[in-house]
Amino acid sequence: MYAQMIKSEATQDDPEMLAAFQARIDAGEKIEPKDWMPEGYRKTLIRQIGQHAHSEIVGQLPEGNWITRAPTLERKANLLAKVQDEAGHGLYLYCAAETLGVSRDELTEMLLDGRMKYSSIFNYPTLTWADMGAVGWLVDGAAIMNQVPLQRTSYGPYARAMVRICKEESFHQRQGFHIMMAMVNGSDAQKRMAQDALNRFWYPALMMFGPSDKDSVHSTQSMAWKIKMNTNDELRQKFVDETVPQAEYLGLTVPDENLRWNEETGHYDFSEPDWSEFFDVISGNGPCNTDRLNARQKAWDDGAWVREAMVAHAEKKRARKLAAE
Amino acid sequence: MSTSKEWPLWEVFIRGQHGMSHRHVGSLHAADAEHAIRNARDVYTRRNEGVSIWVVEAAQITASSPSEKGPLYEPARDKVYRHPTFYDIPEEVGKM
Ligand SMILES: [Fe+2]
Ligand SMILES: [Fe+2]
Repeated sequence: MYAQMIKSEATQDDPEMLAAFQARIDAGEKIEPKDWMPEGYRKTLIRQIGQHAHSEIVGQLPEGNWITRAPTLERKANLLAKVQDEAGHGLYLYCAAETLGVSRDELTEMLLDGRMKYSSIFNYPTLTWADMGAVGWLVDGAAIMNQVPLQRTSYGPYARAMVRICKEESFHQRQGFHIMMAMVNGSDAQKRMAQDALNRFWYPALMMFGPSDKDSVHSTQSMAWKIKMNTNDELRQKFVDETVPQAEYLGLTVPDENLRWNEETGHYDFSEPDWSEFFDVISGNGPCNTDRLNARQKAWDDGAWVREAMVAHAEKKRARKLAAE
Repeated sequence: MSTSKEWPLWEVFIRGQHGMSHRHVGSLHAADAEHAIRNARDVYTRRNEGVSIWVVEAAQITASSPSEKGPLYEPARDKVYRHPTFYDIPEEVGKM
């Protein structure tokens, strides 16, 4: 997902405190910033929320790529609003992470020096306008699948950020699907672009849910803490079941020859993505990893004088106000 | 890294259109109050969520401590007579 392969941290706290903490979570209570929490819970959440926040921010880049080249003024306004929302999502999440005792600058630095990651999906290029359709439809669609249950997560600030995000997210998916509808009803070349976008984004979208449950070693603790609500495979299946009929509606072909409806299970059977590609991308070797991090580094460096000037200006105003009193 | 000094954290409160009180919606960083209002407008009112914004520097807020939960809130628990349903009024009296 936006947070993939979050390693849950070991905890060495007092067993009685741990049991009381688990009882609160089991009773559906929310954990708030000033409440006692196990060190492992705190650290795992910083990593998870931080990775989620970074994904929202880095996720602006592949779509920002097309804002100036949107085919109509209306599409441009739609995309701009969508990308601006993603900036907001990043900010809500950074604030949630900060309540756990990490600073915004530390989070940024950890992204830039590679200690923290962002979702693998944003390391793929957006080559044509149809990719704006595919990203909204599939990538935001997959994100929604994961974010809706996270509204019930045990950590209060994270759950509240998720509620805000989910409210805004469905517009993202719908504007993407809307672009796809226009493409498939257009010229043959436009239909081919739509199909090509689906071909390129299908498996990377499936990878967003993280490795298969059998290879996903960190889930048990996170699920007990209710910071992970469903297993990777559960969500992936749900995504396939919802998306395949939408692709059919568009008249597009999901690039998977093993895809078929399974009467017995009531779900689609489908091929797993190439996990070696996933591990490659997440460890830094995807097509756009370097570009994405360079863009973030440049924004951080180029913004330094603005951050400093704002502080200097605020200090000057404060001094003047004091002098006038 | 260049800035050693982070912008302070502000808590944001917004009043919607329907006469409700200002409600806490989240937080953000800004150099000063004016800047915080401007950022709050971008981050928290993109869809007409509000007609008035308050910002308070987070460091200025005093919060009750979770360890006081018992002494602070338990005493209210057994005072059921503070709720209207405690008082049985015969139906023939009508709506009250
Ligand atoms: Fe988002
Ligand atoms: Fe989104």
